[in-house]
Amino acid sequence: MLSKRIISCLDVRDGKLAKSVKFVDTRDIGDPVEKAREYFEQGLDELVFYDITATSDKRGIMLDVVRAVAEQIFIPFSVGGGLRNISDCYAVLHAGAEKVNLNSAAVVRPELLLEASNEFGAQAVVLSMDVLRSPISAQIPSGFQIVIHGGRKPTGIDALEWAIKAEQLGAGEIVVNSIDADGTREGYDIELTRAISSSVSLPVVASGGGGSIAHIARVLTEGMADAALVASMLHFGSYTVQEIKNSLAKEGIKVRL
Amino acid sequence: MITILDYKAGNQTSVKRALDFLGIPNRISADPSEILSADRLIFPGVGHAQAAMAVLAERNLDIALKKAFNAGIPILGICLGSQIILSRSEEGDTACLDLISGVARRFQPQHSAYKIPHMGWNAVRFSRKHPLFNGIPDGSEFYYVHSFYPMPSDPRNVYALSDYLIEFPAIIGHRNLIAVQFHAEKSGKIGLQFLANFASWNPEDDDAE
Repeated sequence: MLSKRIISCLDVRDGKLAKSVKFVDTRDIGDPVEKAREYFEQGLDELVFYDITATSDKRGIMLDVVRAVAEQIFIPFSVGGGLRNISDCYAVLHAGAEKVNLNSAAVVRPELLLEASNEFGAQAVVLSMDVLRSPISAQIPSGFQIVIHGGRKPTGIDALEWAIKAEQLGAGEIVVNSIDADGTREGYDIELTRAISSSVSLPVVASGGGGSIAHIARVLTEGMADAALVASMLHFGSYTVQEIKNSLAKEGIKVRL
Repeated sequence: MITILDYKAGNQTSVKRALDFLGIPNRISADPSEILSADRLIFPGVGHAQAAMAVLAERNLDIALKKAFNAGIPILGICLGSQIILSRSEEGDTACLDLISGVARRFQPQHSAYKIPHMGWNAVRFSRKHPLFNGIPDGSEFYYVHSFYPMPSDPRNVYALSDYLIEFPAIIGHRNLIAVQFHAEKSGKIGLQFLANFASWNPEDDDAE
């Protein structure tokens, strides 16, 4: 059987590591390559690098980060943020990433998922979705709405419908990021994660809100997630990857030790 | 010097980076004469069996690989490289290199709990001893991404197993050839250990054991 994966996400701005809290007020917390190497040494299963650089003229810095990571870290990693077309995707894959992480650009133009999947294979295409709880309506029957542009812009798209459509278009994996829970360390949105996981047959990565081992355990079981994205818990040194995995193993969750 | 076979297979650069990290001299080559004169060979691969076989044939690398295998050059196949060394692949019903008799089979999911491709970390159980397993605990987890798996005709060619839907061969081999379905180059420290073991493997010593 496959192990449940512990993934960490490193937000990178102008080549430096940042961690957002509810997508505003990002704090600088160090060198992304150094941090990635530390987690690799600790036994992390996978990494996501998210480029939150505001200006496109600094795009090249991110590719330098990707190359440096690929030379020193031998676990799979994906790259997202600012990927708008196949040539953007090709650049990060060629620099050494295994997967591309598509978010806003896929919402704006869903065919991008199809094109990327045809070009690189479904296993290389991750749909990342930012989700905000919204009043249930005819347009948002699940009560979960897709938001884009760093969580600032509601789209009127239902998250469950988008997940199903993304699978049909050829996404190979879905990262479900709860804007409500992001950075709070009060726990993942179990209901949201479970709803998405039951709607698609793709691996689902839960993201946003992880603050304790109990939170992770809960989203991997009750939330039906295949992987948990852990950021603050690791970035601020409250836990190591080993501590998290050992505790999960004690609770009977299959992880790679 | 390890020669990494270049046939537009996708992951040759990842394999090269891992060898560079380990300080193991290596080169990427698509030249049949360099394949034949190699000290040892890595045959990587990601993608479709049919497309891969077409590129190998076009560059005369299929013949070079067969000659290299017969000449006793140590060869490590990775992922697609563990499938197209068999006689045939179910992917596009493709005739393959036939270095080991057998077929690359497609996973047949019986229910939705098993997602295809099989992607992630899974335990590998050794069926025998092998110099490439030195320093690697039995049951260690390696990183997989695949929809097909190698199935040699002779069970003696199966060196290790993993479980997903079914029990499937994770490592196969014959004489100076060993091939892994997982991505050793993306399997953390244990994967690096495996690659380092390959760099010092002398198949001739195996016979003496």
